[in-house]
Amino acid sequence: MLKHEKWYAYVFIAPMVIGYLIFLAFPILSIVGISFTDWSLIGSPNFIGLKNYERIATDMTFWVTVKNTLLFTAGFVPLKIIIAFLLALLILKRVPGIGLFRTAIFTPVVVSLVVWAVVWKYILATDYGLINSFLHALGYDRIPWLYHDQLTLPAVIVVSVLKGLGLTMIIFLAALSDVPKMYYEAAIMDGASKFKKLLHITIPLITPAIFLNVVITVINSMKIFGQIYVMTHGGPGTSTHVFIYYIYKQAFKLFEFGYGSAISLVFFLIVLAMTIFQWNLRKRWVHHEQ
Amino acid sequence: MNNKKLMSYLPGYALLISVTAIILIPFYWMVVTSVKREDEIMSFPPSWWPEKWQFQNYFELFQAIPFHKYMFNSIYIAVVVTVFTCFLAALAGFAFAKLHFPFRNALFLMLLSSMMIPVEVTTIPLFLLFSKLGLTNTHFPLIVPTILGSTGMFGVFLLRQFYLTIPDEISEAARIDGCTPWMTFHRIMLPMVVPAISSLAIFAFLHSWNEFFEPLIYINSDHLYTVPLGLSIFSGDLEPRWHLIMAASVVATLPLLLVFFFAQQRIIEGISMTGSK
Repeated sequence: MLKHEKWYAYVFIAPMVIGYLIFLAFPILSIVGISFTDWSLIGSPNFIGLKNYERIATDMTFWVTVKNTLLFTAGFVPLKIIIAFLLALLILKRVPGIGLFRTAIFTPVVVSLVVWAVVWKYILATDYGLINSFLHALGYDRIPWLYHDQLTLPAVIVVSVLKGLGLTMIIFLAALSDVPKMYYEAAIMDGASKFKKLLHITIPLITPAIFLNVVITVINSMKIFGQIYVMTHGGPGTSTHVFIYYIYKQAFKLFEFGYGSAISLVFFLIVLAMTIFQWNLRKRWVHHEQ
Repeated sequence: MNNKKLMSYLPGYALLISVTAIILIPFYWMVVTSVKREDEIMSFPPSWWPEKWQFQNYFELFQAIPFHKYMFNSIYIAVVVTVFTCFLAALAGFAFAKLHFPFRNALFLMLLSSMMIPVEVTTIPLFLLFSKLGLTNTHFPLIVPTILGSTGMFGVFLLRQFYLTIPDEISEAARIDGCTPWMTFHRIMLPMVVPAISSLAIFAFLHSWNEFFEPLIYINSDHLYTVPLGLSIFSGDLEPRWHLIMAASVVATLPLLLVFFFAQQRIIEGISMTGSK
């Protein structure tokens, strides 16, 4: 009996193991190899050693890309986490009609990212956009939201936050409704203020959810692509070039597979380092493991 | 006293209402724009209500681009991805949770490590591989690497967690009664993990439906476009025809929105479950 079980198990997991080898392990190993070549659309690839990495070091656009990705993360993560947390606290109160707010805020999650970006591109349009019509009505000049070196990245950040706010909020909401009421009752007896209850009871008890949301949001912000492609094409200039956009540009517009692989590998290592760093942080920071 | 209490709630509700409004305005704007006349769109400031509801914009859309084909492609790809992801992840998750075999933990850790790999990083080698095999400009790279790659791995992980909550006595009893692992899986275990599978199904469907990077890289022919790819190309025209683009956005959004409104509770629970595992 037990002998058979082993073979059943191997058959059951075979598709996933084979898939892992072909679609995940093989590509990761390959980009290391390809990054040492000058592989492009024409001619056969030659081994060029570390040339691609030397090129990264002096490629201004690459460093602008790194800066933009970090700026995006620095704006996106706190904005999304804080707003989602505040909304979850408000929606937790069982006021009649609150369910409608929850539904409305969640709705963009089931809308395709490209649709969301396209609609916002129209709302932010310079000549006949909705936002500029508000500004016009208030007596201000129109702003070229998607053609402005300083404002375009923040505009994309806000659009991205709105898209995924509902999901982050729901994860907070689930954690908040699990906090046992007795803690609050004890705190009220002790005369704790609302803010103190939040700081000393609610937040410590939901650290796993906060941690989870931060990890997911950080990783997602590093991988942002669709809204950049649709709304700005990395522009104006290079002001909204982010990591995946730059990989896309090098590998699939300029067909520099070798250089694109080197950038991909650097990106992978950065994401990996951030993930490991965050998991280590978890050990010190999360009070209450689920 | 009462007034003071009201004042303390005010900033919170102001935030709630303004965020909700900012989220709902795009939906309103999309619908209203989709029935405006072309010259009305070019006027500034834009009108909040169309002069005349031009429903023929929707016919014009299907004449301008084969949007029904994009819809069909997106739906069938998402359905295939969802069905196979759920089946294969349920099967592998069962093996990792309930069967005993050499290297079980090592193999599971190996699969788990894939959660740290951003899919975008794998694209260059896969693109080179698929072009060697003549599989670019087909739907193959949008379907198979999703099922057997990142989405599938996530499914295995999610379902294994769920199987672990089912007492071992149940599968042991089935074994003593002479069930093969396959019978235990599809007669006993599968019905017990339906909630987890439906969460995975929602996750896999939305993920595939939203997928943009892969179609952008692999697909060149108009009749193979998915909705996100077709819409991004259509909206990238030098002189975008916004009334048609918004009509396309409405068509692309409506089916999912309807499903969402009818199965809201289930979908929100499902998504928060996949989010928190």
